[in-house]
Amino acid sequence: MVDDVTRKTLGSIPLLRTKAGPRDKEAWVTRLKEEYQALIKYVQNNKDADNDWFRLESNKEGTRWFGKCWYIQDLLKYEFDVEFDIPVTYPATAPEITLPELDGKTAKMYRGGRICLTDHFKPLWARNVPKFGIAHAMALGLGPWLAVEIPDMIHRGVVVYNNKNA
Amino acid sequence: MSLEELQLKIKALEEELRQAKHGGAAPRQKITHMSGEVVDTNPYSRLMALKRMGIVEDYEKIRTHTVAVVGVGGVGSVTAEMLTRCGIGKLLLFDYDKVELANMNRLFFQPHQAGLSKVEAAANTLHFINPDVTFESHNYNITTVDNFDHFIDRIKCGSLTGGPVDLVLSCVDNYEARMAVNRACNELGQSWFESGVAENAVSGHIQFLIPGESACFDCAPPLVVASQIDERTLKREGVCAASLPTTMGIVAGLLVQNVLKFLLNFGEVSYYLGYNALLDFFPAMSVKPNPQCEDSWCRRRQAEYAAKKASEPKIEKQEVKEEEVVHEDNEWGICLVDEATPEEASSSACASVPSLVQGITVAYERPAPVDEATSKVVDDADDTSLDDLMAQMKAL
Repeated sequence: MVDDVTRKTLGSIPLLRTKAGPRDKEAWVTRLKEEYQALIKYVQNNKDADNDWFRLESNKEGTRWFGKCWYIQDLLKYEFDVEFDIPVTYPATAPEITLPELDGKTAKMYRGGRICLTDHFKPLWARNVPKFGIAHAMALGLGPWLAVEIPDMIHRGVVVYNNKNA
Repeated sequence: MSLEELQLKIKALEEELRQAKHGGAAPRQKITHMSGEVVDTNPYSRLMALKRMGIVEDYEKIRTHTVAVVGVGGVGSVTAEMLTRCGIGKLLLFDYDKVELANMNRLFFQPHQAGLSKVEAAANTLHFINPDVTFESHNYNITTVDNFDHFIDRIKCGSLTGGPVDLVLSCVDNYEARMAVNRACNELGQSWFESGVAENAVSGHIQFLIPGESACFDCAPPLVVASQIDERTLKREGVCAASLPTTMGIVAGLLVQNVLKFLLNFGEVSYYLGYNALLDFFPAMSVKPNPQCEDSWCRRRQAEYAAKKASEPKIEKQEVKEEEVVHEDNEWGICLVDEATPEEASSSACASVPSLVQGITVAYERPAPVDEATSKVVDDADDTSLDDLMAQMKAL
């Protein structure tokens, strides 16, 4: 179930219009521009709301994405690498967001550090093809996942503060 | 070589050494001709007996067939073993995972194989079981752009004769990979089987997909066996998926049974067969393709099939299979997920949902195609180049 805060966040991310995947040549370039526009707007929104929590960039083709996400608890910033590939069936299927360094530290993860999303993510995504993009996947998938899993991992001591990123 | 590569190499060598020590025996000699002779030394005698009993007309034909198994996990590995023991001509194996100790609650793999790639470990074991089978293994993720074209090529040219494989079997554990197999098979006009086991381990299904002729995987939301468990009471804390060797073995058995029926032309092939483990209930149905399928290749295959049908002389074929489904009651609790916002709900329609039999439901509801004019949409970005946008993103 999507809570009101998430719904509000989602509502402020521009929707995409081009249904194209990485094998669609020109249409993909159009889609990629839309992805970047939506992401830029989302990051800007986050900054404005003092809730900046990730950065992403892609390879030239826009098929591989990588960056950082972070979570703040008790004034300490816990930062993680995030990466994913755009599947050939995108945007019919969402990207599988991966946090490689947390692989094996939580059961809420599939092999290789792919985060385990709730039962609600996929139906919601499927209902919003092609309007949802990477920004929506971050807001709906990774954001809530971090908010639940990171405090738990900190509590269990499997994630410890490392000030190299401070 | 990196440290990691060296460690893998050591593991592989250790595995070789272990195999050389234990049993050590080389696999048996290849057999050029399948014989029906009933002697203890003939690995095919019980299979060839199917001919004598009149079940299968020409069992040896199995040696000419090639099957691709995508996903060599709990279902795929057992599927591959069954086909190997049946003497299939060639198997193509696709998987990007490694064997882990966490897999040991399922069949086929053994603890000493932990760390090896699933396709390599499987091909080794299977070759030992039946050296007459040709194996081709690919250790990669089929859903990425780089690998998908190669995957398509192997489906198209991977058979014993360099032509298309006879069947693709999807034994994967996620929607993305199923959709990738679906896309490939629709593009190629390749018949395939989908299989799956629910994440709660107490239901599963197989589905036969002939592009244009039966529903493709994208024609409707995924069909699943109604679990009779309220999803909201399903405890998911701290786990992603449960699994049982029983359910996986049963689904693999149902899958290969139907593969054999298709390849060797006996019995009737099921289009959709579900398995509800809690009730030992097996709902079955067939599903017509959706004329508004999202996949353009599916629509193209449907048109081709319709044209082919129209050009065929009308022979009274046994088309009675497609019985109209009547929902007399709702004993199995078919219901749709109620999590749509009101506006989502109002735009939802059952347009894409096929008529379902008792015990089968859709994983979720899809909206009817609508022209949205409500929410904000990204501006046309024609004036800003992609490079500029990338730079802008980086500068944030």
